[in-house]
Amino acid sequence: MNLAFTDVLPLLPEIFLLAAVSLILLIDLFLGKEQRYITYILSLAALLGCGWLTFTTATGVTTYAMHGMFVDDLLSDTLKLMLYFVVAVVMVYSRSYIHARGMFQGEFFVLMLFATLGMMVMISASNFLTLYMGLELMSLSLYALVALRRDNAVATEAAMKYFVLGALASGMLLYGMSMIYGATGSLDLSRIATVLQAGVANNTVLVFGLVFIVAGLAFKLGVAPFHMWLPDVYHGAPTAVTLFIATATKLAAFAFVLRILAQGLQVMSVDWQQMMMIMAVLSMAIGNITAIAQTNFKRMLAYSTISHMGFLLLGLLAADINGYSAAMFYIVTYTLTGLGAFGMIMLLSRKGFEADNLDDLKGLNQRHPWYAFMMLIIMFSLAGVPPTVGFYAKLSVLQAVVNAGYIWLAVVAVMFSLIGAFYYLRIVRLMYFDKPVDNHRIRPEGDMAVLMSANGLAVLALGILPQPLMALCVYAIQRSL
Amino acid sequence: MLAGYPLLSLAVWVPIIAGALVLATGSDRNANLARWMALIGALVSFAVTVPLYTGFDTMTANMQFEELLPWIPTYNINYHLGVDGISMPFILLTSFTTILVVIAGWQVIQTKVSQYMAAFLMMSGAIIGVFAALDAMLFYVFFEAMLIPLFLVIGIWGGPRRVYAAVKFFLYTLLGSLLMLVAFLYLYFQSGGSFEILDYQRLPIGMSAQILIFLAFFLSFAVKVPMWPVHTWLPDAHVEAPTGGSVVLAAITLKVGAYGFLRFNLPIAPDASHYLTGFMVTLSLIAVVYIGLVALVQADMKKLIAYSSISHMGFVTLGLFMFNSIGTEGALVQMISHGFISAAMFLSVGVMYDRVHSRQIADYGGVANKMPIFAAFLMLFSMANAGLPGTSGFIGEFMVIMSAIKVNFWFAFLASTTLIFGAAYTLWMYKRVIFGAVANHHVAEMKDVSAREFSFLAVLAVLVLSMGLYPKPYTEVMHTSVNNLLAHVAISKLP
Repeated sequence: MNLAFTDVLPLLPEIFLLAAVSLILLIDLFLGKEQRYITYILSLAALLGCGWLTFTTATGVTTYAMHGMFVDDLLSDTLKLMLYFVVAVVMVYSRSYIHARGMFQGEFFVLMLFATLGMMVMISASNFLTLYMGLELMSLSLYALVALRRDNAVATEAAMKYFVLGALASGMLLYGMSMIYGATGSLDLSRIATVLQAGVANNTVLVFGLVFIVAGLAFKLGVAPFHMWLPDVYHGAPTAVTLFIATATKLAAFAFVLRILAQGLQVMSVDWQQMMMIMAVLSMAIGNITAIAQTNFKRMLAYSTISHMGFLLLGLLAADINGYSAAMFYIVTYTLTGLGAFGMIMLLSRKGFEADNLDDLKGLNQRHPWYAFMMLIIMFSLAGVPPTVGFYAKLSVLQAVVNAGYIWLAVVAVMFSLIGAFYYLRIVRLMYFDKPVDNHRIRPEGDMAVLMSANGLAVLALGILPQPLMALCVYAIQRSL
Repeated sequence: MLAGYPLLSLAVWVPIIAGALVLATGSDRNANLARWMALIGALVSFAVTVPLYTGFDTMTANMQFEELLPWIPTYNINYHLGVDGISMPFILLTSFTTILVVIAGWQVIQTKVSQYMAAFLMMSGAIIGVFAALDAMLFYVFFEAMLIPLFLVIGIWGGPRRVYAAVKFFLYTLLGSLLMLVAFLYLYFQSGGSFEILDYQRLPIGMSAQILIFLAFFLSFAVKVPMWPVHTWLPDAHVEAPTGGSVVLAAITLKVGAYGFLRFNLPIAPDASHYLTGFMVTLSLIAVVYIGLVALVQADMKKLIAYSSISHMGFVTLGLFMFNSIGTEGALVQMISHGFISAAMFLSVGVMYDRVHSRQIADYGGVANKMPIFAAFLMLFSMANAGLPGTSGFIGEFMVIMSAIKVNFWFAFLASTTLIFGAAYTLWMYKRVIFGAVANHHVAEMKDVSAREFSFLAVLAVLVLSMGLYPKPYTEVMHTSVNNLLAHVAISKLP
């Protein structure tokens, strides 16, 4: 077997990151407690390097490598660049938080980078095996990250739950994949698509496998009725890790779903559409209604995530280019807004104080009007109120649903987002209408302050001019599917 | 002369940018700077809207001062602005009211001054955007965006139950607008991918679809107007809002609802509008009569005026669904006049509230002894609210009653009961508050209006009287557009 350089060229960012992580792991061994910031800087540099490699090797042409197991197309390049950006922002937001909690260790960054590598593989996989490998690399790193504070009972419990349910989901996914393999005789997504197109495969086995695959995917996305793990993990994990799970993994999970369903099983869309419809309505209902009852901000955001994933499914179940690009726009804007929301919890926290209860937000407008304003923008974006970017995300998904002929589904969706608006408004209410109970000065570090302001303003600016991002999503999907 | 300038964009963005600048003055240490900047911003915003009136061509029903730029080409959404005779007066009303609000909040608002002033300026820009937008999505964005500052204004500077009122206000209005969004999306696909309001008006639509579209729009705008039975947010919001918030709510936001009926319901679903006339007229008459009676028993002045607003807006919706030109014009005149009168009434209550810190009628009595100038102003505004001939309140109501009598005697009969109830609740309130002996030591300590208060009351008094005596400047700009609209609505759009 001769391996030409052009054959590994599409994999260059992954190879680079793997080498870089191993190097960082080694270097970190020789660093003292005071020099740990070197690990931090090197991790950011590794992400920057990946970004440069991905950007320069992006051709816009779909190229396969490793005998069709790995694909490099515009979709993967776009999502990967966003992923590096998100992970870098997560690291910056997390720094002072993990520092104050004794988690500023090499493991944190190395595990995060390994998870990132797993996500990159998920984004670029075009074979069930590569998909599964990327998924497991990501998941195992995440389990460890959640359990990083091993003397903390809540975090350990969350890690256990995450691990058991995550492993179950992986098992279901794998079982479904084996069924599809049995029916089509291939693990390769484009081969599967061709076989399905020909209509020669056994339909019973296919549908049987599909049910397991969709259930597994639903677990990973965190949509009802497979959402049980999500609130506990979001709540129990250190906020820095929650931020990572809530943002970066959603990008990867989206790519994962898109690869399997849109690229591999598009022909069976009639079958998975129905499942998605039920899951979407359930997620929006359970997420939005349960979120009202929460007193913990992280738990509330967890339920809000469930409802947002329901909305994402609405875009996916339209099962055409229009719907997929709407879903991609949705997930990208959700990630941006999620960064801001969880980042703000860390910004408000300090040594020995988590700031993750709703009451901790009381009177934020008196304590620090600027961050209250940023949070206001983020909350209205999550609620989907213009002029924030969250509105256009909802709009694009809803138009895809209406276009697909499901007007009733759009009506159901807007009704649930009305319920959702209630608890986002409650945050605004606490910040603006109530008196502060906590009068500590809010003093974030310089880089975090700048980044948080940029994050909030980006949510607003993209709300006024959403076209570039929207066009990018449409273009990436059109060129890749 | 001014044709080359993007006047509508200026009208929308000048107040928004002025608001952002006011916000940048920061904490209350710079409160005076914030006040002056807000006043200058409001004056400049008003100044840029004046050419819309002076340069307006009354002979055409086409959109004027149009601006068209692609905004989100992916979904064919355009930044499309333009006005006709129906929308133009409201833009001036909005920018004018903002000046009043800034002056009214000058001394009363002492905490977070910059945020208060900025909220009103930005809201003014968004509301002007609502009236100027010719693209459905642009309309929707402004329509929703205006809720955010108003929500904050009620919630931060409002009365004791402000949180409840603010949340109720926001969710109620959001409920309506979300269904409107779905209707827009439906129309978007029916029209082959256009968000242009004018395209929707030409689009043939089947009857059942028209009725559903009508109801989706109806819910959105009826909440805003507000029509009975979805009016319950208004008294709460009014009572708890600071004076400026009440003025904006009554004078402008309510008009957005009625404007929506004119711009969307009637021309987009004309057949459904005719079909559902009985429904609309019934709701309007219930608002006029029943809410008028409810106003009679209120013990709280602001609540009384809030209910009287609902009753007056019942006239507007009644006039719109008479489908004749005098009814529609009467409705428009009533909207503008109500903008002046309700602003004046709420500002007057604000003047008294600032002195005594009570809105209860029972806490007053004999105010005329201590504040004669103020009592004279309030007399005029109360008479106008009751629809006395010679004031602006009379013109609109009279025109609507005239149009109703052409359609059905009993409609007109029920509508004209307002002349009795309106006079009863307004003048009874006036009597209890202003006349009689000085009720208590709070009233005894009241001082007459300051120069600042005199200025805005006087301006409003002049407007109320001049419009009542000579309404032609208002009716002539809308005449052509109204006739064009009625001609359009008369033609069936069934495919």
